[in-house]
Amino acid sequence: MFDILKARHHQGFRTIGWPDSPAVVPDRLRGRPVLDEAACRMGCRACLDACPVEALTWEGALRMDLGRCLFCGRCAEACPTGALRFGNDFRLATRRREDLVAGRDGPRLAAALDAEMLRVFGRSLQFRQVSAGGCNGCEVDINVLTTVVFDLGRFGLKIVASPRHADGLIVTGPVTENMRLAVGKTFEGVPPPRLVVAVGACAISGGPFRGHPEQHDGVGGLLPVDLYVPGCPPHPLTILDGLLRLIGRLPPETPSR
Amino acid sequence: MSGTCLLRNGRATTLGRVPRLAFDGFRARVLEAVGEGKRIAALFGLPAVAPGAGPLPVFAVLADDARGDLEVLSTEVGPRFQALTPDCPQAHLFERELAEQFGVVPEGHPWPRPVRFQPPLGGGRDGLPEAASRGTAGAGQSDPPLAGSPRGLPGVADFFRLEGEGVHEVAVGPVHAGVIEPGHFRFQCHGEDVFHLEISLGYQHRGIERALLGGPHPRTLFQVEAIAGDTTVGHTTAYAQIIETLRGWTVPPRAEALRAVGLELERLANHTGDLGALAGDVGFLPTSAFCGRIRGDFLNLSALLCGSRLGRGLVRPGGVGYDLDTEERLQKLITGLERGRADTRSAIQLLWETPGVMARFERTGTVSREACRALGLVGPAARACGAERDVRWNFPAGQYARSGVPPLPDPELRGGDVLARAVVRATEIENSLRFLLDLLARLPGGGVTGLAGGSGAAVGLETGTPLPPDMLAVSLVEGWRGEICHVAVTDARGTFARYKVVDPSFHNWIGLGMALRNQQISDFPLCNKSFNLSYCGFDL
Repeated sequence: MFDILKARHHQGFRTIGWPDSPAVVPDRLRGRPVLDEAACRMGCRACLDACPVEALTWEGALRMDLGRCLFCGRCAEACPTGALRFGNDFRLATRRREDLVAGRDGPRLAAALDAEMLRVFGRSLQFRQVSAGGCNGCEVDINVLTTVVFDLGRFGLKIVASPRHADGLIVTGPVTENMRLAVGKTFEGVPPPRLVVAVGACAISGGPFRGHPEQHDGVGGLLPVDLYVPGCPPHPLTILDGLLRLIGRLPPETPSR
Repeated sequence: MSGTCLLRNGRATTLGRVPRLAFDGFRARVLEAVGEGKRIAALFGLPAVAPGAGPLPVFAVLADDARGDLEVLSTEVGPRFQALTPDCPQAHLFERELAEQFGVVPEGHPWPRPVRFQPPLGGGRDGLPEAASRGTAGAGQSDPPLAGSPRGLPGVADFFRLEGEGVHEVAVGPVHAGVIEPGHFRFQCHGEDVFHLEISLGYQHRGIERALLGGPHPRTLFQVEAIAGDTTVGHTTAYAQIIETLRGWTVPPRAEALRAVGLELERLANHTGDLGALAGDVGFLPTSAFCGRIRGDFLNLSALLCGSRLGRGLVRPGGVGYDLDTEERLQKLITGLERGRADTRSAIQLLWETPGVMARFERTGTVSREACRALGLVGPAARACGAERDVRWNFPAGQYARSGVPPLPDPELRGGDVLARAVVRATEIENSLRFLLDLLARLPGGGVTGLAGGSGAAVGLETGTPLPPDMLAVSLVEGWRGEICHVAVTDARGTFARYKVVDPSFHNWIGLGMALRNQQISDFPLCNKSFNLSYCGFDL
């Protein structure tokens, strides 16, 4: 017993202060992309050609689909003028798929649920996680939210074992054909009203597997999605930020820069 | 063809040098080699380029742990062939895979059940079913759906059944209670006692091997990063070694060192997480809580190096994408590792001092040495059975050819139970930390990519021009779960005629099944965590 207390003392208090104090993120984190349109050599297409998942489009202005983006950074490396780079703002989650297609101003961050849904879910929201072809990358960074570092429980959020106990699903992976039935059944097992959160490039767009006949390019074609969390995988803070925005626990988006 | 073809890890040969034996000779040679102590590292077929292309070419890669070489041989099989499995149990899943991917029948196989419930990989050979066209998915086009693919629902197949009075069956999954990938487990029980556990996977099948055909494609590296997302550095290193040996690229020593840093950080994070999960499954919360957090601390060190907690972007063919560019970054990494050492020691020591933990770990889920050898288990699960089997020792490549990883304790102390698998992990955490701190104290200088134009050029160079035609390359990496084996075969056009991926989980899932025999069903979570195998790495 004494050894356990000694170990407890050694390990210390390690829960992060965010959102009450600033978050610490790695300086090399590839977060929200930053586009300097003045420096962009319009239409040189170097970034478009470098992207392995066709996340970038050019129609008079550069648009980036963060739902496809793997945040690999190849576009920024390819940019001859340094107009495109990945900053380390981790806030990326949106309520609508189209809000992930971003130009200069970045994605439109998720708004809170409506008043009635907030009344039901705002103080206690429980999710069942379903991996449907996820590579255990997104799963790892969801799991970590339940550790003392992020301490999901302090926000009234919880990952539960059964869909019957849940208010919604967190889906990862592109939804393989072999998991399609199980995803549908798990969703049916959640009593309404219910939410669906798509975490990671695969669950949003199929990620690096988009177009494969063995999967379904994400969960959006099968279930109504309430929150999209982009990344490959998203940083745990990106997921937590999205969930907290959903339940109105963070101030609405302030224009950055 | 005569003689044998022996390769070192990370080397290639022309296909002409690979002996092509008549099937009987091939079968006899594989059985003989496995009898001498070699292991089947890979056994796979080659999809047809065009319909009606004749019998199915099959390749075997046999690993000799003692001598550190890889014997490659090949044969051709018709629609039916005599299964190896009755005489060589470790062929069991490879032969089931051949049957599923190519429609061939391994006659005499004791349990010829689907592996992944996937559509055929390549048919069109004489007498074999038709299959998807090859090699377009990586380029970004949408493939047509596999219309009318003759497969049923995943998991819907025969299960091994026990019958008799008081016998019952427990079915679990595919969706499990935790944040974990899907798989179906079917227990045959008598009361609380498990007689047999059958594991039925395939739910995570994303078509990776099919997409790799005709590659490398622009997306290939990113799909390899996601073969098993918790083993990104392991699989990308294996892939990079394949490309490098085929293209004749030299990797600078500093890049090889940084790959080893990434690989050992991956091992540290996962081993630590596993020990925490084991503690959690026996209800010992202090170590569970501490290790869950320390695991994240190690992941953050990966992010310090490459921006991604899971090592995305670190390994690229030709080198690495990120350098320890400043003294400050290097010092942060060293400080983080030293802190990780103090924290893991404090957290893990509690396990050994707590009788309640030890009572649950000891003699639970024992896998015998004989079963380990016969089934060809790999990684910590094999080492916990006393095997001296580690790619870093037996087939060292890259940094590991320069500086070794410390050995494990006396094999007699590794008894194949949950405790042994925990002790092996705890020892490997210490060993990896020592290896890393030694390495970082004398990190080689120089650049981190051998390619002109810097690391950013690698993707174009890797995929833009054809590979040398008609070659075969083998690459092994000791990922944290064990041996990762990639084998590439190029065709006359210099694209992948086959890119075989063998995740350590492919060898080891059957080990979990063996561990459960004669155990209480309530010990399943503990036994499962003590293996912690990959679903997507298996399902591909």
